[in-house]
Amino acid sequence: MVYHEDENGYVSPESDEMEETRTEVEQAATFDRAKFLKKLGSTVFASLLVPAVFKDQFSAKANDPADTAPEFPILPEPTEDEDILVRMMRDVQRAMKKPVDQRRWSMVIDLRKCVGCHSCTISCAAENKLPDGVIYRPVMEEEIGTYPHVSKRFIPRPCMQCDEPPCVDACPVNATWMRKDGIVEIDYKQCIGCRYCITACPYGSRVFDSGFSYMDGLPSKGEAYLSPEGAIVYEKAPAYEYGKKMPREDHQSPIGNVRKCHFCLHRIEKGLLPQCTVSCIGRATYFGDANDPESLVSELIGKPNIMVLKEEMGTKPKVYYLV
Amino acid sequence: MAQVRNKREGLFWFLAIACFAIGLIGIYDRLVHGHVNANYGSYIPWGLWVAAYIYMIGLSAGAFVMSSLVYVFKVKAFKKIGKLSLLVALATLVGALVTIWMDLGHMGRAWRLMLKTNFMSVMGWMVWLYSAYFILLIIELWLAMRSDLVRCSQESGLRGKICSFLLFGNKDDSPERQAKSARLLTILGTIGIPLAIAFHGSVGAIFGVVGARPYWHSGLTPIIFLIGAFLSGGALLTFIAANWAPNKGTDEHRSMIVLLGKLLLAMLAFDTLLEYAEITVGLWQSVPEEADALKMVLFGDFWWVFWIVHVGLGIVVPALLLIFKGKSVRAVAVAGALIAVTFLAVRLNIVLPGLSVPEMEGLLHAYSTRGLTFDYFPSVSEWLVFIWSISLAGLIFLLGKTYLPILDDKGNESLS
Repeated sequence: MVYHEDENGYVSPESDEMEETRTEVEQAATFDRAKFLKKLGSTVFASLLVPAVFKDQFSAKANDPADTAPEFPILPEPTEDEDILVRMMRDVQRAMKKPVDQRRWSMVIDLRKCVGCHSCTISCAAENKLPDGVIYRPVMEEEIGTYPHVSKRFIPRPCMQCDEPPCVDACPVNATWMRKDGIVEIDYKQCIGCRYCITACPYGSRVFDSGFSYMDGLPSKGEAYLSPEGAIVYEKAPAYEYGKKMPREDHQSPIGNVRKCHFCLHRIEKGLLPQCTVSCIGRATYFGDANDPESLVSELIGKPNIMVLKEEMGTKPKVYYLV
Repeated sequence: MAQVRNKREGLFWFLAIACFAIGLIGIYDRLVHGHVNANYGSYIPWGLWVAAYIYMIGLSAGAFVMSSLVYVFKVKAFKKIGKLSLLVALATLVGALVTIWMDLGHMGRAWRLMLKTNFMSVMGWMVWLYSAYFILLIIELWLAMRSDLVRCSQESGLRGKICSFLLFGNKDDSPERQAKSARLLTILGTIGIPLAIAFHGSVGAIFGVVGARPYWHSGLTPIIFLIGAFLSGGALLTFIAANWAPNKGTDEHRSMIVLLGKLLLAMLAFDTLLEYAEITVGLWQSVPEEADALKMVLFGDFWWVFWIVHVGLGIVVPALLLIFKGKSVRAVAVAGALIAVTFLAVRLNIVLPGLSVPEMEGLLHAYSTRGLTFDYFPSVSEWLVFIWSISLAGLIFLLGKTYLPILDDKGNESLS
């Protein structure tokens, strides 16, 4: 880990992990460039000209790991008893090979399997570097019955990614819309922070980033019991939502914006599952492409014990619950 | 050249300047620290500032409609307060817009409301409507003052200079010119009435169309907003007219205030009727979420806001004053002031209960931290910004009345 201290004394991280993410992006870019140049080189004219002009670049790219690196994580051959996470990753990767408008990202949550550990809530916060006051996937708890015949039900509540999203029509500046793959996206650079969409969402899925920090009110640097440097690494770490790097700086987006769950779109597009799905200790969260009849979520959505929250609102959620 | 006429006027100046100065602390906090020190958040996304916004914008729409009685319907009794009501409408509109601007997460992006409008959103419509209203209001006020501007531009001192500047070089005040102003005013005022109704109706519709909040979701919501606007704006104007109308002290003034009092009583009765309908129908328990919000208003932690501030000081006391002391200028003025001031309670009771009932029951205990709570009481910082924007509107009014020919009476004759 490398730290850089800015003028306010804040230590911003340059962790190895981020370094990796950045080079991945850069590699992808150079990979495209290499392909483009090769295409150009195939024309007769260019085949004479280009090697002479770009000689150095070509020889450098020949050994680039991006040329040989797989687009998505390599998965083992399917087996009878494989973890459903592997199967769902395969579903995701298969969907990613289709055009974007043929994908229909959906989530199924099996309430019978959820034990209320809140791992999804926390891993989501860690993945998206959520500050204090912003939570994308709380787990709602309901107590049923009277003592001694009591049971508890846990209902994780991500964004429902509705097919008829009331939040989209509420936005006065077109800062939120439904993507072709069904995910409701927010453009943080466009959002003015009026919070009308929050009132319009029947599920309370949208939250406002007031600019809080988990460090507020803690003993200042040097007096803290726990390493403040460690905490600041988290607080100031950039988020990579929607595949864009978003450093956390005062008065800058996403502070002052409305935020919400996006099914970890930045992970899906790299062939990974949403963080809540992989961190679920009971494998109660399923994710995949509902347009693909072979996918696990399609199988589950077809079950008779499936339901959606507040069906009467007509929002047509793409998050389903098994009860 | 602030001519402090009497002690009471001095008190208003003192209050406005003091509140403005104290409120600056809140403005500083908002601009430097953003939303960190505000108590609204994710589950209660709108708080005091949104309530203050709809409150002041209602005052503006109400005052404007009063002006149209003069310039469109040519009601002779009110011709002395035409300019006054336009100035009140302008001052409260500026206060409202500044408050809602402070409320935005990104103040620097406010222009996108105009240039990147989503016309599927009621809020998108509202922005265009109140921008049109703002422009219309300024032109109307200028036209209404024009004749008096010519006269006052002869004066020496700051007031004369301001009047002279506002004429933009054209000091023509012939009868033809006056007739032209009067005709234009009638046209603009006629456009203004549906505009004011559409624009304040759209503020109400912002709440009315939200299906996710049963407490707001009603066809009656925009109508209640409108009637509330006429009532509160009319009440404020009654108070102001009682204190500052140019013909103060005359019999004409007294009969105007008495007439305003009667109008006020009628609007108060109608508004109370609508409110009664909304509450009783909602309480019939057909939609639990709506009934819960209403119970919160009537019997919740802030029951006194409804019963004491709104019903007691905002309905019963003014109604008694208007019924039994309707011939007294002072009593009508007090009734107007009470209705206008306590109407903030009505606006708070529209915004907050709709948000305070959890949309999903389990959310209440799902994750507890700042912002993710259903309890709300405005923070010090929020109160300070609120005080500042109210005093800003007050100062605009006091300055306008002092440095512009708002109270000059001669021009009124030619316009109505």
